[in-house]
Amino acid sequence: MSIHRKVIALTAAAAVGLTAAASVFAQAGRDYVYVVGSSTVYPFSTVVAERFGRSSEFKTPKIESTGSGGGLKLFCDGVGVDYPDVANSSRAIKRSEVETCASNGVTEIIEVRIGYDGIVVANAIGGDTYELSREDIFLALAKEVPGEAEGELIENPYTTWKDVNAKLPDVKIEVLGPPPTSGTRDAFVELAMEGGCKATPWIAALKKSDKNQYKSVCHTIREDGVFVEAGENDNLIVQKLQANPDALGIFGFSFLDQNMEKVKGSLIDGVEPTFDAIADGSYPISRPLFFYAKKAHVDVIPGLRGFLREFTSERAWGEEGYLSDRGLIPMPDEERNAVATAVRDLTPLSLAAE
Amino acid sequence: MAKSKGQTTREKVEAGLPRRRRKELMFKFVGMLATTVGVVFLGVFFSTLIAEGSSAFKQTFMKLDIELAEDVIAPGGELDLAYADFDGLVRSALREAIPEVSGRRDRRELYRLVSVGAAYQLRDLVEANPELVGTKQTMWVPASSNVDMLIKGNIDAELDESLRPISDKQIAWVGTLQDDGRIETRFNKALFTNGDSRDPELAGIKGAVMGSLYMLIVTIALSFPIGVAAAIYLEEFAPRNRWSDLIEVNINNLAAVPSIVFGLLGLAVFINWASLPRSAPLVGGLVLTLLTLPVIIIASRAAIKAVPPSIREAALGLGASQTQVVFHHVLPLALPGMLTGTIIGMSRALGESAPLLMIGMVAFIVDVPGGFNDPATALPIQIYLWADSPERAFAERTSAAIIVLLGFLLLMNLAAVILRKRMERKW
Repeated sequence: MSIHRKVIALTAAAAVGLTAAASVFAQAGRDYVYVVGSSTVYPFSTVVAERFGRSSEFKTPKIESTGSGGGLKLFCDGVGVDYPDVANSSRAIKRSEVETCASNGVTEIIEVRIGYDGIVVANAIGGDTYELSREDIFLALAKEVPGEAEGELIENPYTTWKDVNAKLPDVKIEVLGPPPTSGTRDAFVELAMEGGCKATPWIAALKKSDKNQYKSVCHTIREDGVFVEAGENDNLIVQKLQANPDALGIFGFSFLDQNMEKVKGSLIDGVEPTFDAIADGSYPISRPLFFYAKKAHVDVIPGLRGFLREFTSERAWGEEGYLSDRGLIPMPDEERNAVATAVRDLTPLSLAAE
Repeated sequence: MAKSKGQTTREKVEAGLPRRRRKELMFKFVGMLATTVGVVFLGVFFSTLIAEGSSAFKQTFMKLDIELAEDVIAPGGELDLAYADFDGLVRSALREAIPEVSGRRDRRELYRLVSVGAAYQLRDLVEANPELVGTKQTMWVPASSNVDMLIKGNIDAELDESLRPISDKQIAWVGTLQDDGRIETRFNKALFTNGDSRDPELAGIKGAVMGSLYMLIVTIALSFPIGVAAAIYLEEFAPRNRWSDLIEVNINNLAAVPSIVFGLLGLAVFINWASLPRSAPLVGGLVLTLLTLPVIIIASRAAIKAVPPSIREAALGLGASQTQVVFHHVLPLALPGMLTGTIIGMSRALGESAPLLMIGMVAFIVDVPGGFNDPATALPIQIYLWADSPERAFAERTSAAIIVLLGFLLLMNLAAVILRKRMERKW
């Protein structure tokens, strides 16, 4: 009898427990800020959240790392406590996303540009320092490259860097980089590959005549094993570079900054990837980082206004703020002031401006 | 036939013997090789893990004499914990410890030696003991992660200054502090008592451990009773027909479904349809329940099958009903096997990360969760997040978290073995 009773009691307890738990979930509001989005912005957003949580009377915001696209999708799902207040993004919001947002009632979105992130092409510290142009990068990594005749495309024939450009070392091309799901990859393709691709005049002309063809030429990375997708984890790429001195790797500036004794960045178009070069815009492969906030949630979700203020305060994103210690490249003073004012006034993004 | 070549059977057998012996030897060798390779891999895995992770259980601390100045903490006689400049107090104590530093740039570098956690520690101290305001306290506060890495030897001071995250001056100051007996490595309590943090010296796994614990409570509360009930029904009461066959095949298939699929299912059902909150241990527990249920059902059915029919028949012969047979005789005898299966299922659930990715558990959560619907993360996810952090000191903490996770798994599997050994009955 005893076991019988025990089993019944256990089942009943579980059932009661579940109903009790479920009833708690008819949530009465949310008392913390909820942030989703890009894994590139995550390291910066989390630092701000932690400082904000520790120094204010509000709870520490929750930050989910979902990737830019996934984050904006969640963000645009609606207005209310169930939906995120802020979406981090390593690219600007797309028109289509703004429209999705609007159709779900998310109309007033505040766009906040927080600073810049450089993408570096690095190799192990013992090897040669590469001096690459964006064209070299394109020729080395594109699936198809321009042939002898104008308008002709051939399967990428280059196997060593010397083949690409006689000034480069005679080393096999081997590049470790992020997979297509990564925002870093998107930015690399757009800034480095496309930048180099445009150097060929007839391809640049394609942009006007046949946009799809232009994109497929400039954005397609070769798939014959020369470009190795090394996963989203940039630490892993750094480790692999150490193990393989001939390989180059593509990752965010903050990882170069933290691993200066292991890897070094290549010069791109003659510019070294340093904090200052990225900040003044002379380093060509850098991109702005953003976050988006819902105006409708400000003053509804406790702490959201404070979180926005903390993120856009001088002690956070300023020249000597704590975010610059983490590798975020600050924007110039006037740009910072303009964005900070827009945040204070909660000026929403207008579609026309996009 | 055997004699057609003038050979007896015995001769034929003997002729083949060397070949057969060789084969046996080969097989033995291959088997040994396979085992050795396995053991070597395991050894390498554990030794690198421990070599890298063990230093994370220690943390460098700095002794500072901090003046709890009344005009800073309690201007106008009233405690002002939220806005008081505790950082400033820590900094002036640091300046006092190394008086020769002057100039704005140098001072900024000096301040980087101490963790931001020092100010939080100071605030907590004042909050707990307001009577200390106005006194001077000698405190051990955490050093910054760069100093920690330097002391532990993870940063090579011999390297050129431009190649390391800590400058020559900073190294000299750390040397001065060491000479004054102001630097000490101690047990890293923060690793076990803090939630996540972006400052490695303050980061801990308590949040993740609690998140995993809440999830496992939900999982065991649901999957054990449901799994055992389903197993009893299917084994003892269900009629044998096409439907029960279909269910059986499906349960076996479910046990082999990749775990990420359960995550997608959880996202669709629990979050999108039932609108439970994302990142909540309740949802994580429900998803893990789906994952472990087939495992528990299969283990429980095997345990019931292993109960000898003579026990059932004897009970039935003495006039017990089917229900009485099951609950008085079969279940008690099958229970050890069921519990073992459940514990194995739970340890699988503890190590699972893929399904949790889908339901918002990959999140930065500082506050330790206090209930089933607080945002939380899980131990494997914490490991993933730390492994992806740029700060160097997270590398050793990642390994330390893996060691803790493996420790938990080992304990659970050990419990399963002990349970089986102590309660099992041989017939």
